[in-house]
Amino acid sequence: MTQMFSIENVSVAYGKVEAVRNVSLSVEQGQIVTVIGPNGAGKTTLLMAAIGLLKSTGRMVFQGNDLARIDVEGRVERGLCLVPEKRELFADLSVADNLLLGTYSLRDRSTTRKSLDDVFDRFPRLKERSKQAAGTLSGGERQMLALGRALMAKPKLLVLDEPSLGLAPLIVREIFRTIASLRSLGVSVLLVEQNARAALETADYGYVLETGEIIQSGAADTLIHDPKLIAAYLGGH
Amino acid sequence: MTADIAAILAIDGIATGAVYALVAIGTVLIFTVTRVIFIPFGDIAAFTALTLAALDAKQLPGTVGLVVVLACMACAMEVVSLARAGELRAVPKAVLFYLVLPLIVVGTVWLTMRFTPPMPVRIVLALLLILPISPLLDRIVFRPIADASVLLLLTVSVALHFALVGLGLLFFGPEGVRTEPLTSMAMEIAGVHVSGQTVLILTAALVFSGLLFLFFDFTLIGKALRATALNRTGARLMGIRPARAGTIAYLLGSLMAGVSGILIAPVNTIFYDSGFLLGLKAFVGAIVGGMTSYPGAALGAFGVGLLESFASFQSSTLKDVIVFSLLIPVLLWRSLASQHSEEEVEE
Repeated sequence: MTQMFSIENVSVAYGKVEAVRNVSLSVEQGQIVTVIGPNGAGKTTLLMAAIGLLKSTGRMVFQGNDLARIDVEGRVERGLCLVPEKRELFADLSVADNLLLGTYSLRDRSTTRKSLDDVFDRFPRLKERSKQAAGTLSGGERQMLALGRALMAKPKLLVLDEPSLGLAPLIVREIFRTIASLRSLGVSVLLVEQNARAALETADYGYVLETGEIIQSGAADTLIHDPKLIAAYLGGH
Repeated sequence: MTADIAAILAIDGIATGAVYALVAIGTVLIFTVTRVIFIPFGDIAAFTALTLAALDAKQLPGTVGLVVVLACMACAMEVVSLARAGELRAVPKAVLFYLVLPLIVVGTVWLTMRFTPPMPVRIVLALLLILPISPLLDRIVFRPIADASVLLLLTVSVALHFALVGLGLLFFGPEGVRTEPLTSMAMEIAGVHVSGQTVLILTAALVFSGLLFLFFDFTLIGKALRATALNRTGARLMGIRPARAGTIAYLLGSLMAGVSGILIAPVNTIFYDSGFLLGLKAFVGAIVGGMTSYPGAALGAFGVGLLESFASFQSSTLKDVIVFSLLIPVLLWRSLASQHSEEEVEE
């Protein structure tokens, strides 16, 4: 397996406060990697740095390219796409327009029609609402739209920030099923979640982030049986 | 006031309003995409009129010098900032956009002027010469402070307006101009005399706002502009560069302002500093529309035009006072009617 994305000794600071300290992790081609951890551990901060919205120190390499001098838009053009925690949809634009804008970073837009049909097949609810303004959607539909919009960009690595946040259990299951199905498309995924159990069940590999530092890492099916983690995050199932 | 006079004033007001509407729509476009309240838009309109007048008189317009100077400055700034970032590979592209393209426009005008082109060609040339000015100013003035607060951007924008008025005096001289009428047609609608110019102004306003609407609704770039206006972070995550969206917005806005300048040039005498009142009244129209709505801005601009027309009949010395006094109740109503929101949260 080849390395898709790696973060080496990355630190991110808000003023003098370091929210992320010396974090290193890597995602292999076709892998789903998850970062779990409690609220305020620095998960979102780490992802914002990975996409380039926050300044960071350390080294990040995506498909052999050092990301230091590549801005957010350049990273998106190279296939590194973030679905942020806040979704960041275009509320007044229609669902279809939101999806079409996902193709903005592509050089070749001849396959737009097919990508759109694929997204609608994946999320039939979006097709029903394709003419509706994105701002009128429910929470679950918004997450589907954010995911669909990112898929329109044909990402090589999809970075997902808390995709299950604030959603009903049934929809959470649907979202995770979608994430798992991305493997067959050859899309690698970096998934940040508070819902540790669902994340570890979906992922191949996991990292545990606490107060800005990685305190543990391992294969997802090992982590899910780790007694310490069960006590801290997974509840006594 | 008789019904006849009221009808004449109304038609006059609608024509003026249509001119303001074009500038107001441009103002809203720039503001929503870049957060800059671009006060110098009126100057852009006035400069277009002055450019056309110079072309009519078979002179090389002062705009040529202005564009060359701005292009050199913008290009130098872009190259320096690229060199600092170590992006030397991007330099040729930057030189192409900021120096070569504007110079091609200037060269085209210079060459075409040797053949004494007819009126429609001269209008196109005037618009071509005006288009690069705002994007270049954006690169020179606003790009370095793109993340500043709206208030700071506004302050800089006002300063830029005064700088432009000075440059206008330098490049165009102090004489006022009035261009040839675009049409000598006239007609009667329900017993009221309507000049061809009025019809032309209204048609142009409708056509250009219609084109803008089509652009927003049917092209990916148009949608990208709307997306940037709605959610900058979201747009960046789609790979839409706010700076590039800004350039497109400035180009489109300049086109609207330029067209309005050409429409008023035969009706009003235009000086190098005539743009200020035009820009300010369009701005009032845009404020009435809430600064973010295109139909709102257009309606507001028509309102301002009508008010100005009737006010100038009642008391021509006080017409500007009356128009600007309109702002107070409108702002009061706006601040009561809408939830007061702090400046949008920065990314």
